[in-house]
Amino acid sequence: MRMKGAQVLVELLKKEGVECIFGYPGGAVLDIYDALFDTPEIRHILVRHEQGAAHAADGYARTTGKVGVCIATSGPGATNLVTGLATAYMDSIPIVALTGQVFTHLIGKDSFQEADTTGITMPITKHNFLVTNAEDLPHVIREAFYIASSGRPGPVLVDLPRDVQQKMIELVYPEKIKIPGYRPTYKGHAKQIKLAAEAIGEAKRPLLYVGGGVIASGASEVLFELATKADIPVVHTLMGKGAFPESHPLSLGMLGMHGTYWANKAVMRCDLLIAVGARFDDRVTGKLDTFAPHARIIHIDIDPAEIGKNVKPHIPIVGDARMVLAEIVKRLEPMTHPEWHEEIAQWKREYTPKYRESKKLLPHQVIERIYEKTKHLDTIVVTDVGQHQMWAAQKYPREKPRTWASSGGLGTMGYGLPASIGAQVGNPDKTVILISGDGSIFMKIQELVTAVNYCLPIKIFVMNNEFLGMVRQWQGCLYRGRYSCTRLVNPDIARVAQAFGAVGISVTTKDELDRAIDEALKTQDRPALVDCHIEEEENVLPFVPPGKSLDEMILE
Amino acid sequence: MEHIIAVLVENKPRVLARVASLFARRGYNIESLAVGPTQDPSISRITLVVTGNEHVLEQITKQLYKLIEVIKVGDFANTPVVDRELALIKVRAPSNLRGEIAQTAEIFRARIVDVDEESLIVEVTGTPDKIDALEQLLRKYGIIEMTRTGRIALARGSQSL
Repeated sequence: MRMKGAQVLVELLKKEGVECIFGYPGGAVLDIYDALFDTPEIRHILVRHEQGAAHAADGYARTTGKVGVCIATSGPGATNLVTGLATAYMDSIPIVALTGQVFTHLIGKDSFQEADTTGITMPITKHNFLVTNAEDLPHVIREAFYIASSGRPGPVLVDLPRDVQQKMIELVYPEKIKIPGYRPTYKGHAKQIKLAAEAIGEAKRPLLYVGGGVIASGASEVLFELATKADIPVVHTLMGKGAFPESHPLSLGMLGMHGTYWANKAVMRCDLLIAVGARFDDRVTGKLDTFAPHARIIHIDIDPAEIGKNVKPHIPIVGDARMVLAEIVKRLEPMTHPEWHEEIAQWKREYTPKYRESKKLLPHQVIERIYEKTKHLDTIVVTDVGQHQMWAAQKYPREKPRTWASSGGLGTMGYGLPASIGAQVGNPDKTVILISGDGSIFMKIQELVTAVNYCLPIKIFVMNNEFLGMVRQWQGCLYRGRYSCTRLVNPDIARVAQAFGAVGISVTTKDELDRAIDEALKTQDRPALVDCHIEEEENVLPFVPPGKSLDEMILE
Repeated sequence: MEHIIAVLVENKPRVLARVASLFARRGYNIESLAVGPTQDPSISRITLVVTGNEHVLEQITKQLYKLIEVIKVGDFANTPVVDRELALIKVRAPSNLRGEIAQTAEIFRARIVDVDEESLIVEVTGTPDKIDALEQLLRKYGIIEMTRTGRIALARGSQSL
């Protein structure tokens, strides 16, 4: 059947199982929007800025496991996607971004709303395509979804000139995909798996270090089996939150710059570190030379380039985390490490976080209250970037994968609100909680319109300390308290929310906070924002200053 | 240390840009680069000369493989290779010095491919050392301009990438 390129595109999106798209129309995507007009099977969410579309697709992908799709027009529409694509790329999130482009005969002529979209996004996408021949469209769309979701996932951008969208072409669905240079390795090497199993059998103080790859590959169940069968404590990265239940006694919480005291101690003391779907990021390792100094290292990752990039492992295994762990578990006998656990218990006894007394709300108390009042619900927690992100990571435990969405690698302020929109759209029956800051929330505040328009009952908590808190903390610790440009003078954020049509509540005491949480949870027809006025100069602790070893934590 | 890497890529637009952009953003040094078609019109071959230790070379190889359009990466570190560069050198050549220049060229198995009243163009292929040596010798006559290609290489023997 022959139809316009844009219609073929929409038919192929349906074939790929796309149920919703986040986007913003414009001149160069008129044909796509015209085709979507007749496609009730695909729900389109109109955001208010293209960056929001990319983050929303990202939040949707992280919390559903499906590919997120976003659309933007050529030129400024496409460039606005950039931050969202880079965010998804750093965290290996599958997104397909569709951008309009000027007519092929106008490309390269500095035409109106022309930008070199594929050139600009080359280093921040897993792959991108500029379709210049309409007949290539079916193959390209099929490949885009395949590349985005297979191997190490990531964003893929398809740039579609207007004439490609308009040309009449045959609707075909390519069954076979042929990409000669792309063959991800899923199955781990048998010899390496045997070595890993032996190393685990011999270890006295083994430690699992798990990252986002566990969640991407759906390896949580088999990870649980491994940890419990071989009695191995687990530390997770920010991206690995939810990969292993944090309430389990084997969970030591997050490691790294703002990790728990005992997680970091365990890294420095373990004799075997099993890294699964994690990439030894500088925020995790601290000073690389002294990271896990007594440990043999097993590194399991689907991306060969991650192995040996920062740390040279003793036993590298390229493969899918789920498949590799399953093979390792099969080769293990049940075992226990009582002495190792006693050492860890000792660290837990010797340090309990101390908080100062304050008449004002303290950030950890706020998060704890939110947790207490929502833990019985089926929740997804989304964060922005900054101090509140770390407080949320420390104080809002997660038990299941895909219940946590946070910009880890790129650290994108403004990610939270649009990502929580994507999460709520993808999970209409779950309670989506956004924990943001007074800095981050204003980076994408316009998306509150979107949340109101689509009646999304997101619970937004702004940790408002009237500071760009994380930067202030660094200025305090590392720049002798010279608070250069970090004091924020905010409007009344609750009233801002009300003006957008959301519920807006301002709180300064614990009682008010409790009532506000109840009110937010009751609200089902629109977002509710709780502006929590917290102690202004509270630091995130523990804190491993940049370039220091993980055992050089500032604790108070 | 200097390494020659051969990369087979799909013959598609922007592939070279992807490779160059990868080197730029990861901070790898390219000493020379040559691109051209192969016996299969759908595949191009990029030959890169890079510097770095083993760790850097390993990362370069792995990062190249991450590019979707890269089919095969070959590192010639432990392989005997035939590697060649081509140079065109335009030299000042008054009639009284022509014989001398021609003789010098002859020694390097270089050819004179263009002549006019005051100059000639010498074409030479070989390893970079050989081309450097010829360039040195021709300097005294006055090099008007010159151009060199990137290096290309094939492993010796019947094996291929």
